[in-house]
Amino acid sequence: MLQINNLHASIEGKEILRGIDLTVNAGEVHAIMGPNGSGKSTLSAVLTGNPQYTVTEGTVSFGGKDLLAMPPEQRAHEGLFLSFQYPVEIPGVSMTNFMRAALNEKRKYHGQEPVSATEFLRLMREKRAVVELDNRLASRSVNEGFSGGEKKRNEIFQMAMLEPRLSILDETDSGLDIDALRIVAAGVNQLKTADNATIVITHYQRLLDYIRPDFVHVLYKGRIVRTGGPELALELEEKGYDWIKEELDDR
Amino acid sequence: MNPLRQYLDFYDANAELIAAHAAPVLNDRRPEARAALREATLPAKGAPGYDIQGIDTLFEPDYGINASRLSIAADTLEPFRCEVPNLSTWLGFQVNDSYIDGSMRQLPDGVMVGSLGDAAREFPDVVARHYARIAPLDDAQVALSTLLAQDGICIYVPRGVKLAKPVQIVNILSGNVPIMASRRLLIVIDDDAEAQLLLCDHTQSSAPAMLINEVVEVAVGARAALHIYDLEQSTPATRRVASLWARQAEGSSLHHGTVTLTNGITRNNLHVAACGNDTETRLLGLAIAKERQVVDNHTTLVHQGLRGRSNQLFKYFVGDEGRGSFIGRVKVAPGAAKVEAYQSNKNIVATATARVHSKPELEIYCDDVKCSHGSSTGQLDADAIFYMRQRGIPEAMARMMLVQAFLSDVTDAIDIPALATRLRQLTEQRLGNVKALCGDCKADCHNPINPKQ
Repeated sequence: MLQINNLHASIEGKEILRGIDLTVNAGEVHAIMGPNGSGKSTLSAVLTGNPQYTVTEGTVSFGGKDLLAMPPEQRAHEGLFLSFQYPVEIPGVSMTNFMRAALNEKRKYHGQEPVSATEFLRLMREKRAVVELDNRLASRSVNEGFSGGEKKRNEIFQMAMLEPRLSILDETDSGLDIDALRIVAAGVNQLKTADNATIVITHYQRLLDYIRPDFVHVLYKGRIVRTGGPELALELEEKGYDWIKEELDDR
Repeated sequence: MNPLRQYLDFYDANAELIAAHAAPVLNDRRPEARAALREATLPAKGAPGYDIQGIDTLFEPDYGINASRLSIAADTLEPFRCEVPNLSTWLGFQVNDSYIDGSMRQLPDGVMVGSLGDAAREFPDVVARHYARIAPLDDAQVALSTLLAQDGICIYVPRGVKLAKPVQIVNILSGNVPIMASRRLLIVIDDDAEAQLLLCDHTQSSAPAMLINEVVEVAVGARAALHIYDLEQSTPATRRVASLWARQAEGSSLHHGTVTLTNGITRNNLHVAACGNDTETRLLGLAIAKERQVVDNHTTLVHQGLRGRSNQLFKYFVGDEGRGSFIGRVKVAPGAAKVEAYQSNKNIVATATARVHSKPELEIYCDDVKCSHGSSTGQLDADAIFYMRQRGIPEAMARMMLVQAFLSDVTDAIDIPALATRLRQLTEQRLGNVKALCGDCKADCHNPINPKQ
């Protein structure tokens, strides 16, 4: 589904990603862990086409297509979704208008008719139940005045509405109390199928107790320096990142 | 040369003709207006309150004046695009400076909406007391209007009458040659009366360069309430110089909204004297200035009474080579204690070639008041645009939605819900080449009175 080869990217001339290689197949959950500043969020920003970053080398293929050649909206239409670490507040744009525009643009891209008003409201109702958001959601402005937990639940709600093939959850656990974490993780698990895939970016093992990864990768200084199964996350939780840093920096 | 000269020469040569086609009460004010113009000049760029655009140059072209009041045809169907769905109004038209009745005959007894000439016959005292008295003749634009105006519109709501639906006047500029129209509007709302007024400004799409010189005089009686919404959708060749002069008596409420969606060069002056105690005033402004549009709004609000409250909110979106300016002045007179006056101007400048000029001014001559003003000008939030694009919303549509959201404070504050809805649609159409998002949707989510969920 996703193939990243030797990806290099920089922001304002500073190289952050220095040759990432990663393959994600349908049905898989990948966790990307690593210390602060290792490039985890940069990877998600580059994959989704954030214009602040410049790709200097490498290729990314998504569903057989050249991902890097597409504008951000087309990447979304192709099924790439990012749950933002810091969801943006958009005062004055209602969740209803926002979601309807997003959904209908995706349908248009795939040659489908716009969703009817009744069907859209039904979808909104059904999907907000996934993350236990209440019915005031529709009339509220996007993320405006949402608590930290509500913002993250709102991200997963949008993921449920858009049914992406590949979801990147960027530090979705940050700022969540244990109840919100459970709701968010349950939502993600509920949306999991054999045809879609998830990349979970996180600092801590905590989230991985709820969302079980098939692979765990450690990102350090812009490269994936270690890959393993779920046990790698447990090892990191126990020993921290220093042992990896020391091993690598000594070389 | 003083651009006034050509109009004064015209008046001096045609004074009898002008007077022959006008009511005596209008003619009575001409000598004083003529005297006031002897030494006067129209404000040039750089004059106080005219920081980026003078009005003298707008009067320079050789505009014709229809002093013989030849009937000018206008397609009254074209402006029917300004029909507001779900809003029933008492309707009238004004072609250049001539009033044409629509459905005003069904107005309640004692209420007058009609030509100034008819009003002068039916309510001579009302007209004589206010016409060219509220607006000062030492203002050259007012004096010029008073010198040349031959008719206009009068809206009179007698004491205690509350109009059940808005009065709508559709103004149409029409003609085959460049014309200057002197448009007068006199609005008198007696004590304890209430009215809503919707003014729509259009220029016939076939019309050549046109200049509107408009003066609106407003008297709001004690405990009376008046809401005025003034919507301009004219053409690039239209020049509009409009000034409103309002006086508010004790306990009265005045809400005014100025919306400019398409135009050429527009200068709107709002002068509000909150004379009585316990007045409430709200001035709203929304402008979209794209291509080479120029929108210049200037407010002067003087609190003379105790406990007056006022709120001003002006928002502009400028793109292409559009220019906008807002100069807002709040003055609290000595002794006007417990006044609360707020003013806010926010602007989005979308291109490097667009310009906004913002100048909030507070003059306070009394200690015991609460006043604030704020002004901000910036670009759309890049993080928000990326967030929306990540969800699949194309960049152009994301920008349009953000501008619409930015302007929604103003449309949301409009207290005629059907008009607010219509304005949201019109701004959306004006902003984007993107199909209006809500055009065919029946969900009606904007309308808080009618949530169909």
